[in-house]
Amino acid sequence: MGSLKIENVKKAFGPVEVLKGIDLQVNDGEFVVFVGPSGCGKSTLLRVIAGLEDSTSGHVLIDGADVSVTPPAKRGIAMVFQTYALYPHLTVKNNMALGLKQAGTPAAEIERRIKIASAMLSLEPYLERRPAELSGGQRQRVAIGRAVVREPKLFLFDEPLSNLDAALRVNTRLEIAQLHRRLKATMIYVTHDQVEAMTLADKIVVLNAGRIEQIGSPMELYNSPANEFVAGFIGSPKMNFIDGARLGETAKTIGVRPEHLTVDTKSGAWKGTVVHAEHLGADTNLYLDCEKAGLITVRIFGVYNAEPGSTLYATPDAAKTYRFGVDGKVLR
Amino acid sequence: MSTATRSLPRTIGAHAILLTYTVIALFPVILVIVNSFKSRAGIFGAPLTPPTPKTFDLIGYTTVFGQGDFFHYFQNSLVVTVASLFFVLLFGAMAAFALSEYRFRGNTLMGLYLALGIMIPIRLGTVAILQLMVATGLVNTLTALILVYTAQGLPLAIFILSEFMKQVSDDLKNAGRIDGLSEYTIFFRLVLPLVRPAMATVAVFTMIPIWNDLWFPLILAPSEETKTVTLGAQLFLGQFVTNWNAILAALSLAILPVLILYVIFSRQLIRGITSGAVK
Repeated sequence: MGSLKIENVKKAFGPVEVLKGIDLQVNDGEFVVFVGPSGCGKSTLLRVIAGLEDSTSGHVLIDGADVSVTPPAKRGIAMVFQTYALYPHLTVKNNMALGLKQAGTPAAEIERRIKIASAMLSLEPYLERRPAELSGGQRQRVAIGRAVVREPKLFLFDEPLSNLDAALRVNTRLEIAQLHRRLKATMIYVTHDQVEAMTLADKIVVLNAGRIEQIGSPMELYNSPANEFVAGFIGSPKMNFIDGARLGETAKTIGVRPEHLTVDTKSGAWKGTVVHAEHLGADTNLYLDCEKAGLITVRIFGVYNAEPGSTLYATPDAAKTYRFGVDGKVLR
Repeated sequence: MSTATRSLPRTIGAHAILLTYTVIALFPVILVIVNSFKSRAGIFGAPLTPPTPKTFDLIGYTTVFGQGDFFHYFQNSLVVTVASLFFVLLFGAMAAFALSEYRFRGNTLMGLYLALGIMIPIRLGTVAILQLMVATGLVNTLTALILVYTAQGLPLAIFILSEFMKQVSDDLKNAGRIDGLSEYTIFFRLVLPLVRPAMATVAVFTMIPIWNDLWFPLILAPSEETKTVTLGAQLFLGQFVTNWNAILAALSLAILPVLILYVIFSRQLIRGITSGAVK
C-alpha cells in the first residue's frame, strides 16, 4: 500500500522544459527525498505527483494504477506545504477534518482519527484555536496532522521546514522521522537542504536542471557519487574540485572532500597559505590557498589553531579521492 | 517634540497643506447643506452665511417631500447601486480569479482587453447602448441601468482584484484542492475572505460614480417609475425658474445613503490600503 512509479514524466511551461524525462520507482514505506538547487524541478515533480500540475507527457502510477488524469483529492495523497497553508477561518480541528468531511467520512471516524493524530503531534490543547493564534512550529504540526488524518498512501512534503527557525527545524525534522517510523507510510520529501536529505532519507534523488543526477541511499551518494554535481551537492562543506592538469593527472577534475584532507606544518602534498579559519568547536574549517591546488577547504575535527598567513601542507587521502572525466562523470 | 524626522515648521507646513485641501474639498458640500436650510431670499442674499433665525427655512425639504415621489427615487437609486455593486464584485472577482489563477492561452491578452474599459469611457458608446436597450425592450427599466453600470464597473474591479488575488498563497489553494474542495469552494471560502479589503476598495470606487450618475438615467430610464435621485432633482431645475431650495435639499438628502455605505466599506478600506505596508 503506497508505492509510486514515475515513467518518463516531462513537463514544459511554454518553451521552457522544467522536467526532461523523469523515471523513478518508490517502494512501499520508503522515505524518499528529492534534493537539488533552486529551479531544478523538484517542486514541480512533487506537484505532478500530487496532481496539482499536469505533466506534459509520461505517467504517474500510485499502487500500480495510472493516476495521470485523477484529480488530487482522489489520488490518496496528502501534502504538507512550506507555508503551512492552513485554512485561516477554521479551527485546528476543522482544518484537520475538512478533507475527510469532503470525502464523506463518518463523523465518528473523523473524531477518532483527529484524536490519534493530535495525540501523536501533541496538538490536543490547541484543537479549538485558529491558525492565527499558533506559533510557526505549531502551525506546521497542524499541517502535518491534517496530512496524517487522511491516512494517505503517499505523504508529500514540500520544503516543510524552510519557514521555521533553526532550533525548531531540528525538532520538527525529528518529529517527521519518528512519524515515518510509526506510520510506516511512504513519504516523499522535497528540500534544497542536503542536511535534511541526509538525515531523513532512505533514498535520495538528486535533481539538477530537470534531470535525475543520481538515486541512492545517503551513504551511497556520499561515498560513491556518480558525477561532479552530486559530489559537490552532497556533503558540507562542499567537496574541493581541483583542475587535474595542475596536478599532472589525466582526469579533468580531481575531487577531495574537506574532511579527507590532513594538514601538517612541515611537509605534505600541497603547500599553501591559510586564508581564513572558522572555529566551530567540534571542528575547524581552514581555507588554504595552495600553489598547486588553488583555494581549498580543509575540515579538521576538534580545535586546530592556525593563524591566517601561516604556511601549512595539505595531504589528500588517496583512497577517498575522486577523479572526474571531461563529461563530469566519475572515472572508476 | 523635535526629533530627527519631525520639525515644527514641517509639521505646520504639512498640516496647513492638508487643512487647505480639506477646506477646498468640503466647501461645496457644506455650502449645499447649509443653504438647503435657508429661504430663497437667504440663499441669494447671503449664500455663505449659516442660516439665521430670519433666513432659516425648511421649504426646500417640504417641497422635496411634497412634490414628486422622492422616496421612490431613493429606492430606485439604491436598487440600482446595490445590484450593480453586487454584480461588479461577483463577476469582477470571478474574472480576476480566473486571470490570476489559471494558465490558458491568451490570458495576458484577455487581461488587457478587460482592463481596456478603464481607459475608454463607457459614455462613448451611449448611442449603441441606447439602440441595444431599445431593441431588447429594456428602456425605462432599472435592469438597463444595472447592466450598464455593471459593465462600467467591471474593468477597474478586475484590474485591482486580479493584482490582489495573485498575492493569495498558491499553497493554500492547492491544500484546498488536495482536500477535495471544488474550485468554487476554493474561490468563495478561501480566496474571497482574504481579498476582502480589496473588495471594499473596489466597492467604494464603483459605488460613488453610479450613485451620482445623471447621464444614463436621463437617457435610458427617464420615466417617472425608474427615476433615480440625481435625475429626480432635475425636476426642480427649470428653463426659466429654478427651485434652488428644493435642489439643495434633494442633494443634501442624496448624500446620506452613499455616506452610510461608505462608512460600512471604509472600515475594510483602511485595512486594504495599509495591508502589505506593514508585515
